[in-house]
Amino acid sequence: MAEPTNVSEQHDYDVVVVGAGGSGLRAAIAAHEAGARTAIVCKSLLGKAHTVMAEGGIAAAMGNVWPEDNWQVHFRDTMRGGKMLNNWRMAQLHAQEAPERVWELEEWGALFDRTDEGKISQRDFGGHRYARLAHVGDRTGLEMIRTLQQRAVDLGIDVFMECTVTRLLLDGQRVAGAFGYWRETGSFLTFRAPAVVLATGGIGKSFQVTSNSWEYTGDGHAMALWAGASLLNMEFVQFHPTGMVWPPSVKGILITESVRGEGGVLRNSEGKRFMFDYIPEFFKAETADNEQEADAWYADHKNNRRPPELLPRDEVARAINSEIKAGRGSPHGGVFLDIASRRSAADIKRRLPSMYHQFKELGDVDITKEPMEVAPTCHYVMGGIEVDADTQAAKVSGLYAAGEVSGGMHGSNRLGGNSLSDLLVFGKRAGESAASYVAGLPSRPAISSRDVQAATDEALAPFSNPGGENPYAVMKDLQEHMQSLVGIIRKGEELELALKEIDRLKERAQHVSVKGSGRSYNPGWHTALDLRAMLTVSECIARAALERKESRGGHTRDDYPQTDPDWGKVNLVLRERRGVIEIAKQPLPVMPDDLKTLFEETH
Amino acid sequence: MSRDLSMRVWRGDASGGDFADYTVPVEEGEVVLDAIHRLQAEQAPDLAVRWNCKAGKCGSCSAEINGKPRLMCMTRLSSYEESETITVTPMRTFPVIRDLVTDVTFNYEKARDVPAFAPPGSNAGGQFRMQQVDVERSQEFRKCIECYLCQNTCHVIRDHDENKPAFAGPRFFIRYAELDMHPLDTVDRRQMTQEHEGLGYCNITKCCTEVCPEGIHITDNGIIPMKERVVDTKYDPVFLGLRIGRRKDRRPVGPAAGSGPSPIKRPGRGTSAQPAAALAGAASVTATSTGSPGATGTATLAPAPPRSAPAGAIDKVASAASPDTLKTALPAVGAAAGVGLLAWAIRRSRRK
Ligand SMILES: Cc1cc2nc3c(=O)[nH]c(=O)nc-3n(C[C@H](O)[C@H](O)[C@H](O)COP(=O)(O)OP(=O)(O)OC[C@H]3O[C@@H](n4cnc5c(N)ncnc54)[C@H](O)[C@@H]3O)c2cc1C
Repeated sequence: MAEPTNVSEQHDYDVVVVGAGGSGLRAAIAAHEAGARTAIVCKSLLGKAHTVMAEGGIAAAMGNVWPEDNWQVHFRDTMRGGKMLNNWRMAQLHAQEAPERVWELEEWGALFDRTDEGKISQRDFGGHRYARLAHVGDRTGLEMIRTLQQRAVDLGIDVFMECTVTRLLLDGQRVAGAFGYWRETGSFLTFRAPAVVLATGGIGKSFQVTSNSWEYTGDGHAMALWAGASLLNMEFVQFHPTGMVWPPSVKGILITESVRGEGGVLRNSEGKRFMFDYIPEFFKAETADNEQEADAWYADHKNNRRPPELLPRDEVARAINSEIKAGRGSPHGGVFLDIASRRSAADIKRRLPSMYHQFKELGDVDITKEPMEVAPTCHYVMGGIEVDADTQAAKVSGLYAAGEVSGGMHGSNRLGGNSLSDLLVFGKRAGESAASYVAGLPSRPAISSRDVQAATDEALAPFSNPGGENPYAVMKDLQEHMQSLVGIIRKGEELELALKEIDRLKERAQHVSVKGSGRSYNPGWHTALDLRAMLTVSECIARAALERKESRGGHTRDDYPQTDPDWGKVNLVLRERRGVIEIAKQPLPVMPDDLKTLFEETH
Repeated sequence: MSRDLSMRVWRGDASGGDFADYTVPVEEGEVVLDAIHRLQAEQAPDLAVRWNCKAGKCGSCSAEINGKPRLMCMTRLSSYEESETITVTPMRTFPVIRDLVTDVTFNYEKARDVPAFAPPGSNAGGQFRMQQVDVERSQEFRKCIECYLCQNTCHVIRDHDENKPAFAGPRFFIRYAELDMHPLDTVDRRQMTQEHEGLGYCNITKCCTEVCPEGIHITDNGIIPMKERVVDTKYDPVFLGLRIGRRKDRRPVGPAAGSGPSPIKRPGRGTSAQPAAALAGAASVTATSTGSPGATGTATLAPAPPRSAPAGAIDKVASAASPDTLKTALPAVGAAAGVGLLAWAIRRSRRK
């Protein structure tokens, strides 16, 4: 390309937050309030991050509906939902601080649905013992992102919209800034900042059927790895049990778990409520084994056990998968989710307005009259950047991570509603820690022009392959391989095959070319650049999945179907050294005895 | 079940552009955004378009489809005749960046003016109490996904860049209404909504309401009550007796944004939206090519995104508010003069 490669646009900040979802906004607010000069950078317009799509709610043990609820119960539910592989300290902080973070949103203008007493209403969700999710109908994420966005704008925090970061810049072993491009013009810019908070969300775009948008290419995961930080638990990918299946264009779009929280049930083609056949030993004591008890639970949680439809997501997704495989699926290859026969049309429209709308508009289905067809969809990655539980600091000085891009909090499986609360709790902590790190620095790091040049060359490379392959074709093939070989049920030989395919795709990605009108808002070019992160992250997932020879949470091995107590003591940690991804076992942090006692009682 | 769809998509940038014709294979059940994505993946990899959730929740993929402002992800192909060509153009009220992507910075700048929610005190420990009935009115406005289709449709700014500095638009009028109806808020933004945000410019043609993909009753539940409340501040004690659940001890405030550089950063240019020079010319082009009524541009910087207005909401914009009527109508709709119009609008909305 003839265009100049020197980067003239530079910005100086104390803290740069990459990502404007719930975690990024909360981190930026915290860093700003701690006195740091702070910027937010995001790929889409402000207010469009994934957080906006969250439906069901924010889990926080406020005890507004069930006074018996408290942080210990929430902590226990979270650990059990994650099959005890969670970082216990993160799960503890999360459960303890979530209520304050939700109340704070209300102080900033959020308007949650109310109880009769005028408190914030809370709803039932899978794996939570009590109704615990603060919500606004089924558009909770919108309420949350708007509140945080309005707060950030009110505080006057700088926001770089439609700006993609492609590399972290280092000074020796510590963070010195970040490099990126404006999507609108394709021009480059550098941020000089001693601290960077990664809040880039997830990786779902590596799979074919997903509830995630184009943004979820795993940029933060990959950039952290390339900068020398470690990733944890990457084998654990959450397939949400209920994605839309029909028509094909909406395949994968999410149907909130609130449908089941509000009384919806799953049936197979024979009309059977099949979840009763899939109650695992681990949850037997707390799950109803007959319809009568399950139905009574909605009104009386104390004297009845919870319906099996509200088991954690990994259990429900596997059950649906088995029913479909056994030939008891719905016409378009899902199972039936029925709320129509269980709740009045008025209630459904009031409690689940956006689901009603979504099916009516996109699927020609009136969910107050007919059941929905549903099947699992790739939804969330439990794995992420390894961070310190209290400070969210990654293994590179000056690097912090919060939200879906960070790892550890959710163990092998996340409970619904625990992401939005995670964003708030750890977003705040990350922002504060980053600000105090910068305040305590004796000298500011410098960025090197060599690194900036290398990042520039890397970004422009797709323009110098005339006649190369279409980047969309490579992305499509990656999605197909990940879906069929690294999906919900995995096998050793398929994972090995996936790694070979990823190698081949990496080779192809080197030679993709960009067509058309140069660097201004050119999605073909953006896709060509996104492929690097997608391939890195896909390799991490496949490697870790091959290594973990057991089934647990969001990782199911057909060839190792049992949960193995020895594997329950270790995390898998990935690092990159000289371009090669290395994997190591690392013992779990040990839970203190007073918390251990919470798991002795059985309910 | 696959078929070939004829599409016309506006391709170009701020310096100009033209329609490109495509034939795109489409499947049953698909929406316009699916067709655009297939086009992008297979024929036009550099086609610029915004999108995120693909389920009507994020408000990114706003465009004009056969002249109607819509979300591409919520527009089913089956709602058109199979033989029909689907024409997709960028939103007209905002400057084009490229293809279907427009510069919506205007809205982010207006958002900075809004004085934030001011709570009566700390909510540590969760002491706030509000009843569901009292929050429901504001909740309706908080459904807004900021797709800016209402802003795009509003005739006060649609062909009138000169009105932009003094007019916040329907999206922000419901934001002010939301805050004014918030049961716990302690500040009073009514004067500034009128004087600084240009609420008086709105003459209640309801075009915004008609294009809202969230079905928010922007005019009836937001703008009209807000106009009443403004009148209320001026002609206390009462106007129409419609004051519901409003705290009386609110402190009047002015616009929040300071005068320093804008925190909303965009590449290589000023922060406020530039005038839509390229767009301004399109009217005459389309007026001849589609014969749409009421489009009366004069400049001829063709080709550019068309200002086609074949049917429905836009049709009404054009007839209800041709530039001439507008010029005389605008100053007349101040708080005082608005009373008559208001009464009319209220009658009209009650009839509905
Ligand atoms: C449909 C759906 C429903 C959900 N419902 C719930 C729910 O009810 N409850 C719940 O707890 N969780 C829910 N989740 C999960 C939850 O919404 C997400 O995990 C969470 O919002 C992620 O927030 P985040 O702040 O980590 O990232 P996001 O909100 O995804 O934000 C990521 C940000 O990073 C930016 N970014 C990424 N890469 C770059 C880059 N290279 N350069 C610059 N910027 C970049 C993006 O532009 C974006 O601003 C749901 C998820 C989906 C998809």
